[in-house]
Amino acid sequence: MIAVRPHQAQEEHRFADGEIPELAPQPNNPYLKAPEPEHCPGPESENAGKSDSCTGCANKEICSSLPKGPDPDLPIITEKLSSVKHKILVLSGKGGVGKSTFTSMLAWALAADDELEVGAMDLDICGPSLPKMLGAVGESIHASNSGWSPVYVGDNLGMMSIQFMLPDKDSAIIWRGSKKNGLIKQFLKDVNWGQLDYLVIDTPPGTSDEHLSVTSYMKESGIDGALVVTTPQEVALLDVRKEIDFCKKANIKVLGLVENMSGFVCPNCKGKSMIFKPTTGGGEALAKEMGIPFLGSVPLDPRIGKSCDTGESFLDMYPDSPACTAILDVVDALRDTVGDEV
Amino acid sequence: MEEPPKSLAKVKHIILVLSGKGGVGKSSVTTQTALTLVSKGYKVGVLDIDLTGPSIPRMFGLEGKKIHQSSKGWVPVHLSTNLKIMSLGFLINDRGSSVVWRGPKKQAMIKQMLSDVFWDELDYLIIDTPPGTSDEHITIAEELKFANPDGCILVTTPQQISVDDVKKEINFCNKVKFKILGLIENMSGFVCPYCDECTNIFSSDGGMNLCRDLGLRFLGKLPIDPSFNEMIETQGDKEGKTLVDFYKENTSFTRFNDIIQLILDDNLPNRLQNLTL
Ligand SMILES: Nc1ncnc2c1ncn2[C@@H]1O[C@H](COP(=O)(O)OP(=O)(O)OP(=O)(O)O)[C@@H](O)[C@H]1O
Ligand SMILES: Nc1ncnc2c1ncn2[C@@H]1O[C@H](COP(=O)(O)OP(=O)(O)O)[C@@H](O)[C@H]1O
Ligand code: SF4
Ligand SMILES: [Mg+2]
Ligand SMILES: [Mg+2]
Repeated sequence: MIAVRPHQAQEEHRFADGEIPELAPQPNNPYLKAPEPEHCPGPESENAGKSDSCTGCANKEICSSLPKGPDPDLPIITEKLSSVKHKILVLSGKGGVGKSTFTSMLAWALAADDELEVGAMDLDICGPSLPKMLGAVGESIHASNSGWSPVYVGDNLGMMSIQFMLPDKDSAIIWRGSKKNGLIKQFLKDVNWGQLDYLVIDTPPGTSDEHLSVTSYMKESGIDGALVVTTPQEVALLDVRKEIDFCKKANIKVLGLVENMSGFVCPNCKGKSMIFKPTTGGGEALAKEMGIPFLGSVPLDPRIGKSCDTGESFLDMYPDSPACTAILDVVDALRDTVGDEV
Repeated sequence: MEEPPKSLAKVKHIILVLSGKGGVGKSSVTTQTALTLVSKGYKVGVLDIDLTGPSIPRMFGLEGKKIHQSSKGWVPVHLSTNLKIMSLGFLINDRGSSVVWRGPKKQAMIKQMLSDVFWDELDYLIIDTPPGTSDEHITIAEELKFANPDGCILVTTPQQISVDDVKKEINFCNKVKFKILGLIENMSGFVCPYCDECTNIFSSDGGMNLCRDLGLRFLGKLPIDPSFNEMIETQGDKEGKTLVDFYKENTSFTRFNDIIQLILDDNLPNRLQNLTL
């Protein structure tokens, strides 16, 4: 079964009177409660919690009980994913910006090429959207001795989501992070994708357990990089900045930033409105600021939302729309960056 | 230990703003609820438990402000005497740096926020939450178990993708016994400023139909209103006017005022009366 790492309740950091409380420096290892001291042997080393530097270290107890040595499941995951050529994460610090929409568009667009085998994996455990967007509502997963088989929504397009495992489609998944990590590991370890050219991975918003887990479990299999999605307004950019910072910390290459919901053209009078106004320069300025490629802007189009709700491919249905062109440009740019001959 | 958290000792009403889906406008609804209540003369506090994506400091134009420590606890940032704000954003030095925390750490921070913030007397405490049903939600539900909150306002956008996630959130509310005060359908339709034609960019009626199907109170629709964003973004250049003054002139205000009035008309009892302190 899944080995979930132990979690220690965090002891609270108290501040002195008159002080301006600030977040204390954070440990590199997210299981620890205090930063690793200078001569730390490494919280996962054999000596963790026992070496000289551990005396007086606030993490001593946690470190003594952390599993030692490399995670035994990592080689299994690496082996499993060795048949997957390109692995792309879709990320954003902000919710509702279009991560799942983009994941499904990427999946549709790639799978339109008969030569490619494509997989889409949904790591948004509390709010899974991929089954609906890819038209696989009501499917369930087939489990066998050798693992789980993905749900196929096309000859060359398979997918996996927790939604397929729920007793009732509206069940709430009230899980703490530690439990989600276990499922994510299983998704990586036990799903039989077979040979894939692309695995696109949808994530929830934020920088927490899911993000840490997927990046650490896939460290050795190698992630090509992340497609980061934003909308133009600063409230979104603010969170996306944090996500890019996370990518840097976790050594994930940012393949590019795409700005979604950029402007709306009235179908009646063709007048353009900036619904989410880019008061601070939008995605393009952020990309420049952070030194990452900007892959383009996709306008608001009510038909995108509708085709997501019905599980049809917007790209097939409205190939002539400006949004479709913009999305396909992003897909091409992505394929270029991961070194796939288009 | 069947006691409400210490910081809530003088807080008369507690309202949570929840949605399973991200980006639907929880923080915007939190902001508008607070501004509307302040405009009616109430003393309001806003607690932001979205730790990895705190929007509340920006919404109130308070980025860069700091929390202070006093002998009574953490002093929230005051926007005016009647409006106090607490967010993890005030504890982070660099607005671009990420807070990469696993569950237990988030849990500890929320616990500390509930025990240590010195709100003093409040008529309303509004709690903004991140999307989902995970660590933050489980923790706040545990912390409020004996605090007798008024209940929660659910927010959705009209399309099915969002409504599906909100159904999950409703199941969560039922599990943890949060009363649902009602649901707001946000970003419902956009009126073109040039030709007045309304386009349902994120379709329409999803939230209203959900309420009908589940027998929940529908609080109303809020259209997509770029002037709200504009107000948030330009609050820097003001001439002696407060954000509350600006909001009262904003086109969203009238509709939102009606929504809040519905909740006020419930005359929910002051939670302090029901607690044996
Ligand atoms: N009725 C509206 N009209 C126009 N813009 C809106 C409306 N409601 C919300 N917005 C904008 O949509 C964006 C997302 O809203 P907000 O940040 O409040 O969502 P949220 O649910 O808190 O998201 P998250 O899950 O990431 O915390 C913001 O830029 C906000 O200003
Ligand atoms: N360019 C767009 N125009 C119109 N609607 C869009 C666009 N991009 C996304 N949407 C809609 O916005 C909603 C939120 O997108 P979603 O992909 O679920 O966000 P996330 O996965 O980031 O939470 C969906 O209903 C989607 O159909
Ligand atoms: S207890 Fe030892 S191993 Fe753990 S963080 Fe401290 S010094 Fe490093
Ligand atoms: Mg999503
Ligand atoms: Mg928010």
